[in-house]
Amino acid sequence: MHKRSLIKALGAAPLALASWRAQGQQAPFKIGLIAPMTGPFASTGRQMETGARFFMAQNGATVAGRKIELILKDDTGTPDVTKRIAQELVVNDKVDVLAGFGLTPLALATAPVATQSKTPMVNMLAATSAVIDASPYMVRVSMTLPQITVGIAEWAPKNNIRRVVTLVSDYGPGLDAERTFRDRFILNGGQILESIRVPVRNPDFSPFLQKVRDLSPDALFVFVPSGVGTAVMKQFAERGLAKAGIRLIGTGDVVDDDILNEMGDVALGIVSSYPYSTAHPSAMNKKFVDEFRKANKNLRPNAVAVFGYDGMRVIYEALKKTGGKGGGDALLAGMKGLIFESPRGQIYIDAKTRDVVQSVYVRRVERVNGELYNVEFEEQKDVRDPPRTR
Amino acid sequence: MLTILFDGVAYGMLLFVLAVGLSVTMGLMNFINLAHGAFACAGGYLTVVLMQRFGVPFLWCLAIAFVAVGAVGALLESTLYRRMYRKPHLDQVLFSIGLAFMTVAALDYLMGSSQQLIQLPEWLKGRTEIGSGAAMLGMGHYRLFIIAVCAGLTIVLQLVLSRTRFGSRLRAAVDDGMVAAGLGINVNRIFLVTFAVGSGLAGLGGALGAELLTLDPNFPLRYMILFLIVVAVGGTSSITGPLAAALLLGIADVAGKYFIPKLGAFIVFALMIVILLWRPQGLFTRQGGGK
Repeated sequence: MHKRSLIKALGAAPLALASWRAQGQQAPFKIGLIAPMTGPFASTGRQMETGARFFMAQNGATVAGRKIELILKDDTGTPDVTKRIAQELVVNDKVDVLAGFGLTPLALATAPVATQSKTPMVNMLAATSAVIDASPYMVRVSMTLPQITVGIAEWAPKNNIRRVVTLVSDYGPGLDAERTFRDRFILNGGQILESIRVPVRNPDFSPFLQKVRDLSPDALFVFVPSGVGTAVMKQFAERGLAKAGIRLIGTGDVVDDDILNEMGDVALGIVSSYPYSTAHPSAMNKKFVDEFRKANKNLRPNAVAVFGYDGMRVIYEALKKTGGKGGGDALLAGMKGLIFESPRGQIYIDAKTRDVVQSVYVRRVERVNGELYNVEFEEQKDVRDPPRTR
Repeated sequence: MLTILFDGVAYGMLLFVLAVGLSVTMGLMNFINLAHGAFACAGGYLTVVLMQRFGVPFLWCLAIAFVAVGAVGALLESTLYRRMYRKPHLDQVLFSIGLAFMTVAALDYLMGSSQQLIQLPEWLKGRTEIGSGAAMLGMGHYRLFIIAVCAGLTIVLQLVLSRTRFGSRLRAAVDDGMVAAGLGINVNRIFLVTFAVGSGLAGLGGALGAELLTLDPNFPLRYMILFLIVVAVGGTSSITGPLAAALLLGIADVAGKYFIPKLGAFIVFALMIVILLWRPQGLFTRQGGGK
């Protein structure tokens, strides 16, 4: 009998010790990262997660005395799953901040949860302009499609591109891109010959590209989700559009850094506008890319990785401002108006719109040291989401 | 104009090779194999892996895809499918769509969910253009290659079916399996061989289509619909039926996307509805044929 109770006491001792220790420290600060880890947008989710974790590895997992805990959930790219996960994270895990959101519908599905629970929601990708209006607790660190489309729409008319056919995927961001490009391009004296919308899941681009070829514009403007871009580009080359003197321009999604190098020579010479290129020539970005590749099996960081990285910085800075206390409204106030240097250059979170203001670069695909990169050659500073400037 | 027609024919030919196995097995065994797309997908992925990881030349990949997927088909027929022939249709459909879902999940796990790309050999990459203006005919060499391969296959299949002893046994078994068995024809063996060849053709089609169609884990489900349309429109009693249906659908799809981009992918379905309203049995059905 004696022996048994002794063993019991010995067994219980470490447990008691552990609980005493936990009470001594503050509770961890929890971040719920919701990203598409499986399904067609898995590569996006992987970049986002890697970027966020990389920021934590570089900057330590403790801020203002509180341990940061990142809870990763897979939204499988579907809105209802995303909403359920967000609810579980808020109610069960009691997260302090929601982050992630690879697609517009996913961010829209989560917005009501963030508003009702007063949980700040850091949007690390969803780029349809109007998403930001869905919740007053949302802060966007990524980009908006109109914001980045303006870049190429300004550049094209100055470079002998007058007649353009647009080809976009038929969903929110695609329509945003089409509208912005058309408005800005016509304003600058250009002419749109035809606006083609293709299904988001499209097996064969060839008939559409044949149509483009027969219209023989100066250039074809393309927006498709990254990943689909390769198919467009291959068909573009195979149809002989380049030989017929048609140039390919677009937003940077077509020449996503994640897969650019595998596209091969067909991508050479494509001009696009985007807020980030892996080849961005700044000391901070060089360091970022080198260390990122070393830590992640030579994976090339793309814009989404940078958005995840910057999103974590925004959360860290806001937590620091509250002195480790947190709290939805205090964190949100801390995020508004932040200015800092990101691997993409200086960015800032507009306190009024909660949207990111940043430089947009015009880049051309070139071969550098045997690998394909988007080499930036023109910078447009402090670009906002255009509808809000009106 | 001619270019559109040419592209449509190439697309239709590819659809035919992918779907002909389904058509034959459906006519022969009265079995709806919804996992047919999975065999095609397997052929595509096999080609990707062989080319990317082992540097096997493209033509060899095509041959290997045909043989390997055919062998897998034979194995599955003798172990799994054979048990299902006498089951009700609902069981068959549930069984085969289950196989398709398993393939999707397995490919997602093993190869990742992103689209797979292959690099064609140089001699298939070019493009020849004849004439100019509206009558210009632009032919991608790869599409030309697809048309040649598929046309060759069609002729061989037709000859085998109409001229050989195996072909006549197969037709007998399709018409009435019971009587054919009574005449001493080993119907089980014919089922096995036909299923294997049908799967092999799907594998070959998948390998050929890796460049033209989007090859990702959802391939079996996405293209299954097109295969079923080909079979529904073309009927299951011959191979000329599915051939004509596949060509018609291929041309309609490409031309529809060219002339009315707004309707895009809907054209194919509209066409199917119209044809089936007009001829519910499919375009080509022999009177008094099997069930």
